[in-house]
Formats: sequence, structure tokens, C-alpha cells
Amino acid sequence: MTLQFNDETFRDDYSFHNSDRALKRFPFPFHEDSYMYSVNMEQHQGGPADSIYEKRFDVDEHYVSEMRDRAMVLADDPLRCQSLPHMTLAGWDLLELIMVSKSEDYPDLFELHRDGDQWRWVNKPMGIDDSFTFLDEATLPYGPMEYITRQTQGDFCVLDQRDDNLWMDAGTITTQADWSLDFDLGMNFFEWHAPVPMAHEKGIFVRALKFLLNIQQGAPARRLNWTLTVNPLLDTSPENYHKWGIQKTSMTPETVGAKQHLRVELQTFFRLPRSNALVFPIRCYLCSFQDLTKTPKWARRLHRVIRDLPDELATYKGFIDNRPMMLDYLSQFDDGLPTSLGIWPDLDTEPALQKRLI
Amino acid sequence: MSGAQKIAVTVTAVVPLNDLVTRFEFRRTGGGLLPTFSGGAHTVVEMRDGDTPRMNPYSLMSDPMDQTSYAISVRRDDVGRGGSLFMHNNVAVGDEMVISNPVNLFSLDLRAKKQLFIAGGIGITPFLAQIKQMERLGGRWELHYTCRSEALGSYVDELTTQHPNEANVYYDDQDQRIDLKALLDGQPIGTHIYVCGPKGMIDWVRNTAAAEGWPREGIHYEEFLAPQSGKPFEVKLAISNKVIQVGEQESLLEAMERSGVDAPYLCRGGACGQCETRVIDYTGNFIHRDHWLDDAEHASGEKIMPCVSRFEGKTLVLDR
Repeated sequence: MTLQFNDETFRDDYSFHNSDRALKRFPFPFHEDSYMYSVNMEQHQGGPADSIYEKRFDVDEHYVSEMRDRAMVLADDPLRCQSLPHMTLAGWDLLELIMVSKSEDYPDLFELHRDGDQWRWVNKPMGIDDSFTFLDEATLPYGPMEYITRQTQGDFCVLDQRDDNLWMDAGTITTQADWSLDFDLGMNFFEWHAPVPMAHEKGIFVRALKFLLNIQQGAPARRLNWTLTVNPLLDTSPENYHKWGIQKTSMTPETVGAKQHLRVELQTFFRLPRSNALVFPIRCYLCSFQDLTKTPKWARRLHRVIRDLPDELATYKGFIDNRPMMLDYLSQFDDGLPTSLGIWPDLDTEPALQKRLI
Repeated sequence: MSGAQKIAVTVTAVVPLNDLVTRFEFRRTGGGLLPTFSGGAHTVVEMRDGDTPRMNPYSLMSDPMDQTSYAISVRRDDVGRGGSLFMHNNVAVGDEMVISNPVNLFSLDLRAKKQLFIAGGIGITPFLAQIKQMERLGGRWELHYTCRSEALGSYVDELTTQHPNEANVYYDDQDQRIDLKALLDGQPIGTHIYVCGPKGMIDWVRNTAAAEGWPREGIHYEEFLAPQSGKPFEVKLAISNKVIQVGEQESLLEAMERSGVDAPYLCRGGACGQCETRVIDYTGNFIHRDHWLDDAEHASGEKIMPCVSRFEGKTLVLDR
């Protein structure tokens, strides 16, 4: 295996870390020096070599540790994974999609052997080798959606499509940016997006829903979303707000660079063929401010975006109180030079930071 | 953007069923599996009719779990624009064709306690796949299928032999009619109705069910419109910077494609909304025929669905 998996934690001592390779492929979400909501969808049909876009389901150095963290969250709170009865077929769809994709995209890590309904799944990083009967739940240790999402990084919303709307009728949600599956279960697209400020007025959700309803088999789509998280926590759920919310007050000017993380979600959308449901994987990537500022373009841009973000969004994303401290930290890197368009680091063409690091 | 990758297939069987309907079966050209799909899905079949490209949607009627082959059934339309005639007259075993990935605009509501299928004529095809899906999943269903005559009863024998308790067939020429009110009255709570057939039948089922107090969400229908011919007209495409002529026998969407403009589409029948196009300027009248835009949008002159709708007048400028 070429990929080395980190042994790390997303809680307690927070030993999570990004290697140089992970930093280079981090999905920096800002394509210009400012940010406003947009539908920003594109086709999810591969991407540059070793980028997070390359494979259908990106597997990276955090895989094994993230799955360990998910197992702990589910042990504490089984309601993080729920599937209404009519969504079982969609769960099988998802299991099939992930097993086929991973075994084709990472043949050294995953194997799928199919003989009619008799399937054998080998997950080498997690030491799993299971044989089961496709579409027979009794032959798996969990329901199909739970089984496969315990082995796949990212949260998974499985959305039923009916009445020209999408319904949050199943999911495994343990690495979320402060929303709850248990609360949203059964809601439609407009209901679960109701708390988002400003986007409704811009008509964004109407357009986004139209787009999603028309996602076709064989034509998945993707977009990036982002927020900020203090400490590399995967589980920033409302259920556990009493544990992580208080950590937002623990930052100091000395620790902000190491503790403040940019949290980027790679959101993808796949039509599920047998059920006609839609799966919405939300893959979380974390990177500390001090690591982000090693890339000159990102250092300049991150400062400008955080500085100029409307107060409503800074409030909604939960960092308005810490914004002055972040800006004190980030401004020391911003030399005012222009930045190139697009999200890529452009390490070979963007000039080094002209400001001296303090 | 015309969506997902197309699928290259080879015709493996052409089976005439009766005077009007012929079944075509496809396998992936060069071998390999086809995508699975859900009952109710259609595929868009591309035809090369001399210089005229044709793309018609047909419901997939084969077993959704069978990835080795797809089947469609095509009813010959002697007065249509020629797609079905081309299939009947020109397509033979061994021909290579291109089809789209499956798209489902008529999918089952899997919450239903029971699925009640009502088919008229060639409208039976999506139900053939849905019945196979229900049988595989162990769901409850019932079919009421009207045909003009025994001679034109496509798949009647197969349905009544395999599903004697679920399949009910009515022949128009024997004056057999669905007693719809009684049928609806006898359904358990949680039943969903699916209707596919001529427009009159769809309206009859929807109106009767609504009058009987059925919830709107429990009634599903599929009606693909075929584009209709009309007077030729000229369109300016602002983004492509082209002026194109829409001929009498082609749709606006087809004229755009013929001119090399890659316009989006899914159903090509006025139902899905994918080809919705903004109108920048116009002097004249729209002939809106789609099910997608509402009356206010039709009246606004701001949008058109180029797959089925036309225009009569002096100027039409589109954002495409």
C-alpha cells in the first residue's frame, strides 16, 4: 500500500495532523478574495492527479482514524445513523456505489467479488473481509447504509426524491457542521435549509433544488462549502455542543494559529439507480490556520475573506466573537499583493509572502 | 450540456408483438454490464435517419435488476414525426445505436403500502419494469390495463399468466371499462396511484381521484409529449451568437442541436424542466406545450421549453 494512514485523534489530545501531501491537496474553498453563497456546482468526473477530486470517494491518510472516531460517536449516540423503512433499497444502492467505486479506484486497498447476489467485500485498511447476499439485510452486521458508511469517510445524507422535492429520510451524520440528522430526519429540502441566512433571499435554494432533482445516473456533481472549527473536531454536532462549543472560548493569540481550523466540505451528489434516491456525501477536510498560511496565496486570501465576510455569515458560521483574534493573526501574513484566480495553490507562480513572519 | 455519458449498444432482438408494437432489446456494444435502474425510468434513443438526427424517449420495460440487457417497446405512430417509424422500418438486429443513461421521472413512492398501476395501451411499458421491481422487493401491487382489442394487447398473456391475481385487463372493443370509482374506493389507506397512457386517461384518473379526496402526492402520472410540427421560425441564440431556422418538422431543441449548440435536456417531452431557456427578447406569440412552466410563467414571455414549445412571430432571442 502506498498510502500511509495516520494514527491520530479528533478529540481529547487532538493529535490530528496533515502531512505535506495532505496540505498540498487540501481543498481550499475560496476562488477569489471574497466569498458569497453561490450554487457553484460542477460535474464530479475526476480531477487533477492526487487532488481530492480525482476519485469518486477520496480515501486519504486520515481514513482509519476517522472511522475509529465514527465508531465512537455511534457507540455513544446510535441516532446519528437512521434510515426510514422505505430507504433500505437506497442503502443498498449506496453500498453498491461505494464498493464498486472504491474497488475500481483503489484496487490495492479494496476488493469486491460478485457472483450474482453473492458478494465478498475486502477492506484491507480496516481488516474487513465479509461475504453477504446482496439485498438480504440479514447477511450483514448492520443495515446496508450503516455498514458501508462505517467504512467511508464523510457524512452521508440519503435523500428520497418525491413530489418535486428531496427528503432527508436516511443518513449517517457524525462529522457535521452543527446540524442534527435526528432533528432534520423526514424534512424536505426547504425545511432543513430554513436556518441559513441570506441564501433564501437570493433564490439560491430554489435553483439548487431544481439542479439536484435533475442529477442523472452517470453524471454526479460536486461543490465545496466551508466553516471554521476550533480544534480538529470531526463531531461538531448540536447534540454535543456542550462539549465543543465552550472550546471556542479557549483560543488565545498564541494558540489561534494551531487551534483554529478551516473546515471544508466536499459535497457530492449521486443519483442512486435502483431507488431513484439521491445520495449527498459531505466529506470534511480540516486544516489549521498555521498550516494554511504556509501557502502564500492561501495566506493572503484567507485573511481577506475572513475580514470581509458579512456579519450575518460570520454569526451563522459561529465565529464572529473570535474574528478579531483571527484577523490579528492572519493580517501578519497579508502583504497586500494580488492573488491569482481559482482555488489552486499556484506554488510555482505566486510570490512568497513579503511580510516577515512574527 | 446533454448530461451524462451516452451508452453505445447493439440491437440484439427485434420482436414484433402485434400490428402496432415492436420490442427492441439492447446489449452494451463490446460487452459489459448496463447500469441498473429503477422501475419507471426511460432512456433516450438516438437515431440517425439519413441527415436527420432523432432522439426519442422510451420507457425501459426490462427487469431493472438485469444489467445484461435493456428492452423497450415502440408503438408505431404513422402520423408522428418519424422516430417510431424509423425504429420499426430501419432498425435491425446487429445495428449499433446510442442511448442515454436511464432517467426516472415516474418513480415509485417506496413509502406506499400498495402500488396501484393504471395503464392504457403502450403506457404499459414503465409498469412492466415496476412490476418486476415490486416482485423482487416483495411489495404489494395491482394493475388495471386497458387495450383496444385482444389483438393489440401487448404483454397481456405474460401478465395474466404470471400475475393472475394482480393483473386486470380491459378490452375497449368488448366494451370493458375500469370502474374507477369503485376501484379507488376499495383501496387501503396508503395506496399510491400511477397512471400512464393517453392524455384523456391521465386526466380522467387524476380528476376522479381528486374528486374522491385522494391526496395530490398519492397520484403519479407520466405523459411524454411528442414535439409537434408547426410553422418554421427563426431564433437568435445570444450566447452562441447564431441565428438558426426551426423547420416545420423539427423542435426548437433539435434545431439548436443541429446547429451545434449543446443545449441541456433530459426527457425531451416537456416534463422534466432541464431544457428551460430564458427569453431575452421577442415580438410575437409563444406556443407553449410543456407541463413544466406554470400558467404565469407561460404568460410572462420570459421562459420557453425548447423541447416541445414553438414560436410564431418576428423576433425571438434566447439566452443560449
